Amino acid sequence: MEMIREIRKSPFHALPVEHRPGTPILETRGLSIRFENRLALDNITFQLNTSERVAVVGPNGAGKSTLFKVIAGVLPYTEGEVNIYGSGPGGHICIAYLPQRNQVDWEFPVNVIDVVMMGRIGKLGLLHWPGRKDWEYAQQCLEDVGMGDLAKRQIGELSGGQQQRMFIARALAQEAEIMLMDEPLTGLDISSQEKIFEILDELQHRGVTVMIATHDLDQAAGRFDHVMLLNHQLMGLGKSEEVFTPDNLRKAYGGHLKQVQAGNGLYLVADTCCDEGER
Amino acid sequence: MNLWDLLISPLNYAFMVRGMVAAILVGIVCATVGTFIVLRGMAFFGDALAHAILPGVAIGYLVGEGARQPLFWWALVAAVLTSIGIGTISKGTKIREDTAIGVVFAGMFALGIALISTVRNYTVDLSHFLFGNVLGVSTGDLWLNAIFGGLIILTVLLLYKEFLLLTFDPLLAVTLRLPARLLEYLLLVLIAVAIVVSLQTVGVALMVAMLVTPAASAYLLTRRLPIMIVLAALIASASGIIGLYVSYYAGVASGAAIVLTCTFFFLMVWIFNTARKKYG
Repeated sequence: MEMIREIRKSPFHALPVEHRPGTPILETRGLSIRFENRLALDNITFQLNTSERVAVVGPNGAGKSTLFKVIAGVLPYTEGEVNIYGSGPGGHICIAYLPQRNQVDWEFPVNVIDVVMMGRIGKLGLLHWPGRKDWEYAQQCLEDVGMGDLAKRQIGELSGGQQQRMFIARALAQEAEIMLMDEPLTGLDISSQEKIFEILDELQHRGVTVMIATHDLDQAAGRFDHVMLLNHQLMGLGKSEEVFTPDNLRKAYGGHLKQVQAGNGLYLVADTCCDEGER
Repeated sequence: MNLWDLLISPLNYAFMVRGMVAAILVGIVCATVGTFIVLRGMAFFGDALAHAILPGVAIGYLVGEGARQPLFWWALVAAVLTSIGIGTISKGTKIREDTAIGVVFAGMFALGIALISTVRNYTVDLSHFLFGNVLGVSTGDLWLNAIFGGLIILTVLLLYKEFLLLTFDPLLAVTLRLPARLLEYLLLVLIAVAIVVSLQTVGVALMVAMLVTPAASAYLLTRRLPIMIVLAALIASASGIIGLYVSYYAGVASGAAIVLTCTFFFLMVWIFNTARKKYG
């Protein structure tokens, strides 16, 4: 029965639903998700506009990855609504979720262009092998992130920054209009981060909407249009001056935040790091 | 007797030729699905599934009173049902997947042995189910195995990019709105059919070796998936042929000889690989 229901529910390589004109690229209303008896996301309401670049910050386990997965239509939610161009995420193939690098099997026997080609599968359809045009498209996506010469490289031989750019190339191959990047900058050196920011500028230029989970409050404040402060509840979304108030930050980070008064500036030290053990 | 005679003389027996063809066929089929088993870390599932089809084999044995054909079909039904059953149980409950597999596997295996043991003088037949009897393969069996083996290869070829995606990044498969659950079940069913095709060659107890060992050897040798599948198929088929010769001349059980040859290949590759990393 399960299988029959599956077949009915999802025609192989489903046709993407239409984008309703005049609707925002992303909108959530009263979005909640419950695991067992714990609220992972609690009544989240917000809206993003096309080509916005938003940093999502919050302590470990705040629900950043969960929020991304719900928006991508990978995790089911308990209450509320998520709409991409006016309809639920389940019918769209224009949403890219870029996984945390430590969630990926880098020993997997594929090379860089194979991974980029995976993004094209939604456009290729069933029983179609990628043709010359598709390989050219994938190659172009790699050029766009400055990795044209690494197409045949085994993925395990890439540096952290290159791994991240490969996933952006895959999202480009998917022709994604909204990219959800799960901690792309964590663990990268400054020059690798700068390369990513150059690509992010280009994405913005092309009208791609980007949400990035990060732990770096300073970078979030300095390099993004808007910041989102999240700890199960939405503590604020907007310009960093308005959102990163000592009050909000204390509410989001609780005891993990140290406020340091130095000279005439107030420094905030968020005591969290990298690996989120959430779903 | 020179080397040529050593190689040729067993082939004067039709059952040896049929055994060789069966071993090559099983090698190719097992290596193809085995590659995905290795990459997805499903070795325990493969082992369990092979054991869990024993009740199906037993019913076919009782119904057909020892005839071969009913065995195949009953085993096929049991394998497909069990693979879907394990897939469903492990997703629907609080119990961890490997625990669920362990429970189902042991229970089904015991049921199979219980059923077969109701027949008098069952030990010879039971040992054939457990450890294989490749030299007893008939021409009819070969055709049946070739058809179902061919179906497996064809399915993997047609859905190669989907299976690759599902194995490497299941989340992307979902965001591209592929029917991920359906593909997942299909892969389980393919593994089930491969096990039934291999039943007579290696038997249920040694099945996991055919699924995992050649693919693991190939994994150490290459960093490209298509090459890994081809290499695994070559290693498995070569092991089948060499194993049969060993079995013929040394008087060793055929299934065990084939599996030991696979293991030998793996050890060679592993030593070569370790040495290359250290000195090369």
